[in-house]
Order: sequence, then C-alpha cells, then structure tokens
Amino acid sequence: MKTHYGIYGGQYVAETLMPILHELEKEYLAAREDPAFQEEFRSLLKNYVGRESPLYYARRLSEHLGGSRIYLKREDLNHTGAHKINNTIGQALLAKRMGKTRLIAETGAGMHGVATATVAALFGFECEVFMGTTDIDRQAVNVERMQTLGASVRPVSEGSATLKDAMNEALRDWTARSADTFYVIGTVAGPHPYPLLVKDFQSVIGEEARRQCLEQTGRLPDEVVACVGGGSNAMGIFAGFLEDSDVALTGVEAGGAGIATGKHAASITGGRVGVLHGSKTYLLQDDNGQVLETHSVSAGLDYPGVGPEHCFLADSRRARYVTVDDEEAVDAFAMLARFEGIIPALESSHALAYAIRTAPAQSRDRIVVVNLSGRGDKDMDSIRRFRKQQAASAK
Amino acid sequence: MDKIQKIFASCATVDRAALVIFCSCGYPDMDSSEQIIEDAIAAGADIIELGVPFSDPMADGAAIRQASEVALRQGATLKGVLAMAERLSKRHPDTGFILFSYMNVMLNYGLDALCNELRRIGVDGILAVDLPFEERAELADPCRSAGLHLIPLVSPMTSLERAAMIMGEATGFVYSVNICGITGVREKLPPEVAERLASLKERSPVPVAAGFGIADGASAKAIARVADGVVVGSAVINKLLAPGELETRRRDASELVRTLAGSMSRHA
Repeated sequence: MKTHYGIYGGQYVAETLMPILHELEKEYLAAREDPAFQEEFRSLLKNYVGRESPLYYARRLSEHLGGSRIYLKREDLNHTGAHKINNTIGQALLAKRMGKTRLIAETGAGMHGVATATVAALFGFECEVFMGTTDIDRQAVNVERMQTLGASVRPVSEGSATLKDAMNEALRDWTARSADTFYVIGTVAGPHPYPLLVKDFQSVIGEEARRQCLEQTGRLPDEVVACVGGGSNAMGIFAGFLEDSDVALTGVEAGGAGIATGKHAASITGGRVGVLHGSKTYLLQDDNGQVLETHSVSAGLDYPGVGPEHCFLADSRRARYVTVDDEEAVDAFAMLARFEGIIPALESSHALAYAIRTAPAQSRDRIVVVNLSGRGDKDMDSIRRFRKQQAASAK
Repeated sequence: MDKIQKIFASCATVDRAALVIFCSCGYPDMDSSEQIIEDAIAAGADIIELGVPFSDPMADGAAIRQASEVALRQGATLKGVLAMAERLSKRHPDTGFILFSYMNVMLNYGLDALCNELRRIGVDGILAVDLPFEERAELADPCRSAGLHLIPLVSPMTSLERAAMIMGEATGFVYSVNICGITGVREKLPPEVAERLASLKERSPVPVAAGFGIADGASAKAIARVADGVVVGSAVINKLLAPGELETRRRDASELVRTLAGSMSRHA
C-alpha cells in the first residue's frame, strides 16, 4: 500500500497509534471494495446531503468581468452548508463498520465540527469536538450548532489556541481512547490513510463537476480553481480532473495580510518541508523548526501545513498554487453577493478572488470552474471585524 | 562494548535497573536546565534523555507540554541543547545521553548534520517520538553511519509479533511505553505491565527500559523488578512546575531522582 505522495505524507505518529492506523487502513480498503458500503454512502449523499450539487454558470459576474466564463460548483448548497459533510458521512460509516461508539474531531472555523456533530446525531454516536479557544470566540454560532446537535465542545487553550492545537489535542485523546473512539479528521492531512480516504470521500465533487461541465458546455473546463487550507475541497474537485492533462488545476492559499508580512497561511507558497500531525508536508515554521502561527481572515484556511498530495502536485507541477490576501478575498465575497445573489464562505472567496483577478485578461471562450466549497452566513462577523480594522488602519 | 551497553551491563551485575531521566531542556531556562541535569546525574541518573521542546508535542501530557511552552518562550533551540549536551557529556563521560524530540525539529536541522554533530559531542543516540518503524529509514541510516543508537518505542498496542520486529532491529535499548496514551504521571499502572515487560524482555536482543506514568519510588520499584531500565520524566518535571522558589523546586526534583535511584535495586 502506498503511504506517501513522493516524499510527502507517511505516518509520523507515536508507536501507540500505528496499530490503530493499520487497522483503519485495512478496514477502509475493505470498505472501498464493498458494494454495500459504497451504496449506503452514495444513498446518504443523495438523500441526506442533497447531492448532486449544481454546477452553475455565473453569467452576470462573468459578463461584468468580460473574460472567462466562471462556473461555480455549489458545495455551499449541501446540508450543513459546506463540502465537509461528504467526508464526515464517509468516516461515520467507517466508524460504524469498525464498531466504534464515539467520534472525535478537530475544528477551526467550526464547519467540520458541525459536520461531524451532524453525522454523530444521524448515527447515534457520542461526539466530542476539540476547538481552540481563539476559534471558539470567533465562531460562537458554530459552537452553539454543535451543542444543539448533541456534541460537546472541548476548548483547547494551548499554543495558538487554534486549529493545529485542536488537532494535537484530538490526537492525544485518540492515543488514549482508540478502543471505542474513531477520529474523524476534516481534511486531506494527518497520517496515512487519512489523506487517501478523505480525498476519496470528497472526490464526488470532481466526478460531478466533470460530468456537469461536459453536459452543459460540451467540453472540459480550461481551469479548475479551489481554495487550499488543508486542501480537502481542492483535492475533491481536482480528483475528477487529474488525468485530464489539458485542464489546469489551481489551488489558492490564504495570503493573509500579504506574503511579505509573514502573516499568512500559505504553506506551499511560503513554507519549507517539515512534519506535522503525522504527515510530511510543506510547513510554516521558524528557523528552529517550530511551527508558526498562521493568519487569515478565514478561520478555515488557518492551518500551517497542507495535504501531502497537494505538496506532491505542486512539486510535479500538475497543479499550481497561488495566493489571495484577506482584502482581495473579502472583495470577492462582496462581489459574488452583489452580482449573483450568493454569499460564499470566506474560504471559497479566496478561490473566487483568483478567478475574478484572472478572468478579464482571458478570452470569452475560456471556462473556469470554481469550487464554491461553502456558504458565507457564518462569516458575517468576520467580515464586519475585518472592515472595521481596515477602516481603523486607514485613519 | 559501547557506553549504553556498559551502563546496562554494570547495572545488571549489581542486580538493579538503570535509571533514565527525561529532562525538558530549556525549562525554566537553559542555564537552570543544565543545572537540573547536573543534579539528576549527581542524584543517580544513569542515562539522561535530553528533551528538545517542540511547538506541537502531540504525544505529551500536560507537564511536558507546559515545560516545553515555557522553554520555547525563553528561546530554547536545538542548537542551544546541543551546546549544552557537549558541556554535559564532557563533564560526565560515563553518563548516557539520548536526544529526545519530534521529527520536525530534527529535519529542520538536517538529519545527517545532526547525527554527525551528536557523535562529535558525545551523545549516544536519538529517540524520535513521532518516527515509527515504518518511517525510520531516513533517520536510521544517518544514525548508523554516525554510530548512534536510534531508540525505538513499543507500546501496549504493539502486538508481540510487531514488537519482535521492532526490537530485532534495535540497538542501545528499547523504550517500552507502559500505558496507552500520552506522557504523564498516573495514579496506578495497569496490572498487566509486569507480564508484558517479561514477554518483551524474552524477545528483545537489547535491554528494555519502561516509562510513562511512573509517579514515585514505589511505582519505579515495581517496574525496576521487571525492566532493564526505568524512565521517569513528568514526575520530576511536576516538582519543577510546582509553585515556590526555583531553589526549593530544584531540590525537590533532585530528591525525587535520589529516591528513584534508590528504588532501582531488585534486592529486597
């Protein structure tokens, strides 16, 4: 079994977790070949999540920009409001198959926490979600959503008190309680087999988008664009086009206050090879190998590492990784709302911003598919705070 | 015979276990931690694990995490730890020293450069917490070239078959984790620990040191009866984390190490 993507990925965990990862790998490979498992997964995606999600031609936006035709893959229309649910359904089915009774998860913005709490309720699992205290303050509504769904939220106050620290704490909990507990990782990071299984569960996005694009336009897109924090929505949509060498794949990292300021979360653009949370990856770290705090207006992109397959795709140049800073993302957020009546998540706004930036210089025949990975209702406070800070610093 | 082998052999001749003490380097600051290690050696530690702090210690409990966080705030670095290790190993040529950290800190330094430097300054081996058997090649090769031990871990989750595979390739010693979970003191060790250690020892070509969860002289004594070495970290660090004057806390830590050293003998 391949556990690495080039030099990236692997299983950099304490020995106590190794037998657990081996068991998970074995169960997952069996489930992957099991028609009953796949049938239950597909059926829940259809009837519970509401798939397939539309591929929507953003006509007014595209015509306003005067270049590429921009299509949106509407993952924001999924139950719970983001792509995260595709993965948590898959992992919950796996947990059930393995006889576990308790789910744990890490969350940053809270979307993966909500998606995990949701499937815990759906299947009757006990559920605990680890969340940094900084994020709990930033995302109060999602904390309430998780609690409403019956999950308990465990505050993590160590380190930077954000996503990476929540993931450390979840890994510690799992190390001690693997007998009854399944760790639902929210992105294509972490030790093997997580990057593989999360990609598989999210690849429905790319499969649908490819087929829908062919149906609607008669051809494949010229470019597929997605935001990259850990990179699960990007990996999910890229998965449908990896073999189509004429389709450009572009991952958009969070440029924060600007790469030059050091206040960003762009691991591929600004990081060096390192190891975090069980995986070799591009990592934002200081000269002594200590992991840096990240900065982004979007909590969901605030992660210092990135999925190992993205690192591999970057090195092999199959995908290209660019950055969009806070301000440009916030502007794209507003623009989509005004031109299309769709309020996108701040994470997805990064991908959108890149498409908006590049569209005008392109021909009107060019087709760009943007993964609109989530909806932006959760981000109203963040936007308001950002605008306020902006106004204050302009004075 | 190399230094680590000699330490375990000489302990065996007087029928006692070797005492391995984990120190959080840089806590509460670099100079004090050097003094704390001096104290531990004077109080009877046979081997020192030099814990290099990491920002994301995913296998560690509260005590080591807290100490690491302070150490990093005070500017502790791998380079600083190596400079300290060079001084310590010069002053204590018979004490074993094992560098103990997470992979990222070592990768960042460069694995070949690190192994060569450790050899030069008299450190005997490396324990990388997050480097399991499957990933070990990238560090095992430079360790071998430099003549360093790469100390592997086995845990209660490790099947005996897998343990035999891990131990079969080990040099120096094997670190057996007593409990499923992270580092830190436990009120009681699981009852199956003794039996488990006995079966590991039966299968291991190198000495087996056991750690995690050991609180005091009594639990150390129980482990010393069945293991070749006893590793204690958090219990000593807890003494240092306690409120009060640093001098007092240091003395308490050193007294604990003396008690632990006195518990290593297998004679009644």
